[in-house]
Amino acid sequence: MRDIIIIGSGPAGFTAAIYAARAELKPLLIASSVEIGGELMNTTEVENFPGFPDGIMGPDLMAKLQAQAERFGTEVVYDDVVELELVGPVKRVKLGNGETHEAAAIIYATGSAYRKLGLPEEEVLSGHGLSWCATCDGFFFRQKTIAVVGGGDSAMEEATFLTRFADKVYVIHRRDSLKASKIMQQRAFDNEKIEFIWNAEIAAIHGTTAVTGVTLRDTVTGDERGLDLDGLFVAIGNDPRTHLVHGKLDLTSEGTIAVEGRTSKTNIPGVFAAGDVTDPHYRQAVTAAGSGTVAALDAEQYLAALPKAPEAEVAGDAASVAEAEAGQAALAVAN
Amino acid sequence: MTARAVTEATFEQEVLNNDKAVLVDFWAEWCGPCRAVSPILDQIATEHSEKLDIVKLNVDENPGLAMKYQITAIPAFKVFEKGEVVKTVIGAKPKPALEADLAAFIS
Repeated sequence: MRDIIIIGSGPAGFTAAIYAARAELKPLLIASSVEIGGELMNTTEVENFPGFPDGIMGPDLMAKLQAQAERFGTEVVYDDVVELELVGPVKRVKLGNGETHEAAAIIYATGSAYRKLGLPEEEVLSGHGLSWCATCDGFFFRQKTIAVVGGGDSAMEEATFLTRFADKVYVIHRRDSLKASKIMQQRAFDNEKIEFIWNAEIAAIHGTTAVTGVTLRDTVTGDERGLDLDGLFVAIGNDPRTHLVHGKLDLTSEGTIAVEGRTSKTNIPGVFAAGDVTDPHYRQAVTAAGSGTVAALDAEQYLAALPKAPEAEVAGDAASVAEAEAGQAALAVAN
Repeated sequence: MTARAVTEATFEQEVLNNDKAVLVDFWAEWCGPCRAVSPILDQIATEHSEKLDIVKLNVDENPGLAMKYQITAIPAFKVFEKGEVVKTVIGAKPKPALEADLAAFIS
């Protein structure tokens, strides 16, 4: 059995691994099979991660975090967790390849998944003009007219990025103001290819084999109108990825994993949670990294307080009993 | 086994005139999910080399073919039989999910 298994390979998971590895806990990190590196893998320039005054590409930052974790002895497995046993002193993590790994402590840092619009045509048109990844798919929309749905930093970044390819980028947002940071907003406002459509949501996506447009519904008046588009990029937020721990770990009313105060402790001893899966508010690479640090330190403290491995404990007890008996015998002799 | 690269120059011979079913992986250097799924495709290529040929097509270097096959999202996998597209799978998926999608060609 290992000391610790970390589930997740975003900033929280890899930072937890750096700390755990430097504490000589030889962590095993389950990175997933196709989403290694997490959300930053689908971003371009990261400008707000401290220590990179000229910015750094999201995938490069994740490669550095991984290299740093591996330098101190983190073992990385590229597979998906399919089942978890969290209660009791031995935690079990079952992988897609059928292997089961055991550890005394778990750090759960699975992040969040793109939120869908919830429209029936989404499944059919996904990959046919409907996309969640501007950096992957923007290339195919040269000289096209496209739209980004959303009002946060991701939506602004995607819209700005997509102007490299598209002739026209609408930003469709259901309110009349943006949640995005001021600098990202300004960059989008200043871009002449970007046009904002305020107080609007997507009521339907048109197209049978590819996106041809959408129906917009005014969120104030309820009026509907059509908009012709070649592509639609969705950036309306993320939902914490908790499906593996439903019914096992307590969740908050916001759907994130509940942790105790500023710690990473879940309701199960030895199970710690970190990063966006615990965070409904901040959700930054650097807050996730900080949260991963907290989890590694909490786990280290938990492991240090555990009685030694069961076999050693029994052996130790037997030895001390023998010692006490020997002592009493010696005492009796002395008497 | 690493899936071999095809280009606009070799596509006809390697893909369209191939006696076996061929999966073409439309990918690009700048696509994170494409890089993530690449080793999984290599594994599938090794395990099922008798039934299915797997090749990679860089969309940056071969934009004409990407346009011809109406690629708007990558990674995109298209299976060709006798020169015709018989199956399309879009997006990076874990190995069991990809194997399930490709069951008709590998089992």
